[in-house]
Amino acid sequence: MNKADRWIHQKQLIQLISAHFKEVTRQPAVIFWGIIFPILMALGLGIAFTRQPDIVRHVAVIEENADKSAEIAENEKTESLIDHFLETHASKTAGSDGRPPQYKITLTDEKLGNTTFIFTKTDWRHAMVRLKRGNIGIIMDEKNGRIQYHFDPSNTDAHFSYLKLSKIFNPNSAPYEVTSDQETPDQKSVSVRPLTVPGTRYIDFLVPGLMAMGIMMSCMWGMSYGMIDKRAKKLLRRMVATPMKKSYFLISLMTVRIAMNLIECTLLFFVAWLVFNITIQGSVAGLLAIFLAGNIAFGGIAIFISCRTDNTEIGNGLVNAVVMPMMVLSGVFFSYHNFPDWSIPFIQKLPLTLLTDGLRSIFIEGAGFAGVMFPTAVLLSIGICFFSVGLRFFRWH
Amino acid sequence: MKNEPVIDVRNVHKSFKNVYAVKGIDFKIFKGQSVALLGPNGAGKTTLMEMIEGIQKPDTGDIFINGRKWKGNERDLHRIIGLSLQETRFIDRLTVTETLKLFAAFYELGQARVDEITRIIGLDEKTRSYVVNLSGGQRQRLALGIALLNNPQILLLDEPTTGLDPNARREIWSILGSLKKHSQTSLVLTTHYMEEAERLCERIIIIDKGQILKQGTLAQLVEENNGDKVIEFAIEESGTAIHRQRLESEFQIVWDDNGDKGFITLSRIENQLPEFLNVLNRNNLRLRHLECRRKTLDDVFTSMTGRRLSE
Ligand SMILES: Nc1ncnc2c1ncn2[C@@H]1O[C@H](COP(=O)(O)OP(=O)(O)O)[C@@H](O)[C@H]1O
Ligand SMILES: [Mg+2]
Repeated sequence: MNKADRWIHQKQLIQLISAHFKEVTRQPAVIFWGIIFPILMALGLGIAFTRQPDIVRHVAVIEENADKSAEIAENEKTESLIDHFLETHASKTAGSDGRPPQYKITLTDEKLGNTTFIFTKTDWRHAMVRLKRGNIGIIMDEKNGRIQYHFDPSNTDAHFSYLKLSKIFNPNSAPYEVTSDQETPDQKSVSVRPLTVPGTRYIDFLVPGLMAMGIMMSCMWGMSYGMIDKRAKKLLRRMVATPMKKSYFLISLMTVRIAMNLIECTLLFFVAWLVFNITIQGSVAGLLAIFLAGNIAFGGIAIFISCRTDNTEIGNGLVNAVVMPMMVLSGVFFSYHNFPDWSIPFIQKLPLTLLTDGLRSIFIEGAGFAGVMFPTAVLLSIGICFFSVGLRFFRWH
Repeated sequence: MKNEPVIDVRNVHKSFKNVYAVKGIDFKIFKGQSVALLGPNGAGKTTLMEMIEGIQKPDTGDIFINGRKWKGNERDLHRIIGLSLQETRFIDRLTVTETLKLFAAFYELGQARVDEITRIIGLDEKTRSYVVNLSGGQRQRLALGIALLNNPQILLLDEPTTGLDPNARREIWSILGSLKKHSQTSLVLTTHYMEEAERLCERIIIIDKGQILKQGTLAQLVEENNGDKVIEFAIEESGTAIHRQRLESEFQIVWDDNGDKGFITLSRIENQLPEFLNVLNRNNLRLRHLECRRKTLDDVFTSMTGRRLSE
């Protein structure tokens, strides 16, 4: 190929890419379903499944004064620790119908979710009744200037309340003597390490899945429509009656898809980063590699399934036949490990599973470039195989 | 090499699953000629054109373009041929200019040629409209413009004006008319409008059921067999065989397929029309319809097949 020829061909490719890009981006529906919709889905599902519901627990506080005479209490003017704390820190709601007042403390915690404790002053008898009914899990009282907690040690929920409460009322002491090998048993340093750090939340699981799904959908629907529709319109036939290079036609379709998918995934990541602070824990080069391989795999499959038909209905059917099973099996939204054991090895070899798992391993597990070499290579081979077979049988007329 | 045909179709046959579409067609087209393939729907025109265009392959027979077969010469032949298919729809949301630019790129042509073509096809005002918003006539002109982009030696147009209103049709005709005047392009077009064939092409090939019925210049086709005038008539209670026989004993009559209308070809209306009316009178036949006119290609077609060109 001489220089002039190469320039001609570049011009062909550039014009084809530009035409296809315009064709795609000038359809508002494409922008919505291809780019905005996945982001909305991530936001919706991410918020629905990532935010902890508020926890509400009832606590009975034994009023010693209830037993003693009111005078003594007033005379001594010894306000108990609990009372003092509640009066100063909690919001008080007067009890109606002669019921005792309630105090409410809400602990806001972005990581663990909010916890609200509602304290009701009562006597031992009532407290025990409510404990037995399961209305409350823990009873507090005070003896000799020390707050005591009464609960069933085998009740983990009560245990949880105890830990929280003891932290509120005795901020300077850990509920247990915590000793660590490395750290000095400085009690202030003892803190809860919640497991909801970026990487283990549902949103972290979801975003790579949505990306993989987006790549598959956009390649399969977009490319097969781009080919079948042009065949039905006899535009393909018109185009190959010119000196157009046939492979350039397919390459341009693929290029436009990859560009669109790149935009989609980048925006999706950006929004998820803004809202949920998700991160890429592994290798960005590896991410790009598996992203490209995924595009090529699904682009190849799309070319293969639309290599003959000129009927968009048949095309839709074929796309559905490929896409639907993978949508169900490949664990885009929920882990596929819930499927029967015998099916797992099969599921893991589906292109969408390879792509989803590959993306997740980079986003969540921090896999490096080498870690995604295998799925990348498999996806590439799938793409190249389907591409060559599709091209071989491609009906231009 | 003046006499080497630009298109040489030799005994070409083509059949589909259960349709024998082209049954042995032969013709040659020389440089600068314009030829119409005239025939009704289903005659096999498109199939024949697409074989010439290299889109379909003949089952048997050969097609030479500039003395070369398609096989192995696609790249070169695509460069010298311009064509429009019977119906092509371009990319909906691409503008006229963008569509022309895309196709221009296939031929290594640039903006200058795009502008030139836009002027030729009279779409200057529409350059920024999406293809989907063009009228039928404008779309056909765009298709024609794309066919003309590479300044083709051979222009192949499949039904360039079918389905267009008379105005839109005349616009296409005037573009092609001026093209003929200013270039040496050889033109082949298919049509089932005889006016189109008469107006644009010096040579006409009438095709029916996959075969050539007749070919020649308009004058040759029309004047063949005793005369270039026609009486077209219909009589009351036409169908009856007796009436027909009586007329047929005196005139050579072609009946159309329903046996409703009769056609008499003649050369001198002044003599023969009174004679015809006399015969009707004597036989007590009453006319429902009578028309005397110049013979048309449609008449030629009807005289050979009993059918009209365009139903
Ligand atoms: N791809 C095809 N498959 C089956 N039959 C076809 C095909 N193309 C054309 N035909 C049939 O061949 C005959 C000639 O068609 P065509 O060449 O389109 O005629 P025309 O262009 O003169 O109207 C018709 O009977 C048509 O139905
Ligand atoms: Mg046709």
